[in-house]
Amino acid sequence: MSLEIVESCVNCWACIDVCPSEAIAMGDTHFVISAKKCTECDGDYADPQCASICPIESAILDAEGMPLNPPGSLTGIPPERMEAAIKEIQLR
Amino acid sequence: MDLTVLDSDPVSEGEIATETDVKGCSAGACGSTDDQVSQLPESIREKVQNHPCYSEEAHHYFARMHVAVAPACNIQCHYCNRKYDCANESRPGVVSELLTPDEAVMKTKAVAANIPQMTVLGIAGPGDPLANPEKTFDTFRRLSAEAPDIKLCVSTNGLALPDSVDELSKHNIDHVTITINTLDPKIGAQIHPWIYWNNRRIYGEKGAKILIAQQQKGLEMLVDRGILVKVNSVLIPGVNDEHLKEVSRTVKSKGAFLHNVMPLIAEAEHGTFYGVMGQRSPDAEELQDLQDACAGDMNMMRHCRQCRADAVGLLGEDRGSEFTLDKIAKMDIDYDAAMKVRAVVHAGIAEELAEKEEKKARIAGVVVPQSDSSQGLDLPPVLMAVATSGGGVINKHFGHATEFLVYEASTKGVRFISHRKVDQFCIGDDECGEKESALAGSIRSLQGCEVVLCSKIGYEPWEQLENAGIQPNGEHAMEPIEEAIQSVYQEMIDSGKLNETAQPMEESVSA
Repeated sequence: MSLEIVESCVNCWACIDVCPSEAIAMGDTHFVISAKKCTECDGDYADPQCASICPIESAILDAEGMPLNPPGSLTGIPPERMEAAIKEIQLR
Repeated sequence: MDLTVLDSDPVSEGEIATETDVKGCSAGACGSTDDQVSQLPESIREKVQNHPCYSEEAHHYFARMHVAVAPACNIQCHYCNRKYDCANESRPGVVSELLTPDEAVMKTKAVAANIPQMTVLGIAGPGDPLANPEKTFDTFRRLSAEAPDIKLCVSTNGLALPDSVDELSKHNIDHVTITINTLDPKIGAQIHPWIYWNNRRIYGEKGAKILIAQQQKGLEMLVDRGILVKVNSVLIPGVNDEHLKEVSRTVKSKGAFLHNVMPLIAEAEHGTFYGVMGQRSPDAEELQDLQDACAGDMNMMRHCRQCRADAVGLLGEDRGSEFTLDKIAKMDIDYDAAMKVRAVVHAGIAEELAEKEEKKARIAGVVVPQSDSSQGLDLPPVLMAVATSGGGVINKHFGHATEFLVYEASTKGVRFISHRKVDQFCIGDDECGEKESALAGSIRSLQGCEVVLCSKIGYEPWEQLENAGIQPNGEHAMEPIEEAIQSVYQEMIDSGKLNETAQPMEESVSA
């Protein structure tokens, strides 16, 4: 049972301070969660702490590989709107 | 009718301009160079007179720097995107290089030694400084011991502020800035979609309500301890624009001494909620109207440049690239020696400022004669832009200006209104800044101004400015800004130019 941080992490350090299991460390390019130490905060908090403070959508995955903060959930930007904006900028 | 540089009666100690609802520019409330600081009690004046972000006057002479030691944040704002990081971008929350407290101390000393005018070290992000208490306070602790001649300040969203006040008051910190965009959770939910609080992510109005309560509590606690508080607000048209007047009144009544209303920065390419969703930014006129409306109640800051969380130098310039970690590693800094040089430089600037003050007092006492033709007419105010690179004088070539300071000249005097960035459209690629001729960008940024004063100007821009209805003027190079503007305004009165616009048929005057 462990969460995972993926490469969209921006290295903001927010998660490392709130992890009750000291399971998070700086990796080569982004922060990483030790699968051995991570408890998903079970017994400590109602919600996994790293995923509760992380500002980046889809940067933290659950044990099944599903993002805990899916696209649009943190910024409020509907994913299709974001895609359209990116396309428009690329066309400029 | 006297034509003077705005200056009003000295206010006795402990009485920070309390006049309310004075039409136009009430004493101590407008951003005019003199008023902003001279109206404050002596104890506060002393604290702000060399702080470029707290005193309009000081920002022409003194520099500041931010160290980016605080990456984590505990809230989300719709004008912020934590992914974005570009050396060509200049706005809050953007940095190129994150520092450890050790590196921050080293960098601060290097900058202080090389730019002796640097008086203030701030921590402003790129996240929230108080959401990174160890890194922030470690940096402050070391700097108050090792570089005691540097003022320390911090800028926060306020969520963790009440818990940090004790620690803040232990250091050399006498200025705190709180970003307060609203007092109403309904509005708050439209600006701050969530907060991290008591180990939960809390969304919407519920989160906004907690944030607002913490900000107000933190403000009161700081004021109780005699720490100066500036309030920053982001003006978001259609969201909090009207409401900011109430914010201004409330924070003033609680003891904040300066309110800085900044325009929203929102471009789709920034990837922020507001940028992508097409929320518009306010134009210069909207911003000025709101600042003027708040000015009846509150001392307003109008010279903010909304700088990066790793900015270095005078406001409006950024010398950060001279002080990257690899460059400062090669510098050998003897801070004790640097402090001696710094003291001499600071004393020199203080002397210059005192002389300027004296001269202004003399000018204020002189009644400037006006031409007969203007008698009885209500002469219109004129906006004038100035190209300057600091020192309070007109000393920049038009073509080199990356920003202009805008002043309003009227029969009541001269007051500072705002700065205007020369709009260089940037999408972060190789062609950065070359999308459009710099000249067209400069002219567009001068909209609404009738005169532009600079040290020199080329023939082509001269012609194009005239065609755009803006009179270039290079006759006052190296002169103090306010005095030059005053004399240009007087010339406009004498030549009858203003009478033409004062007539009922308001046609634009050909230059």
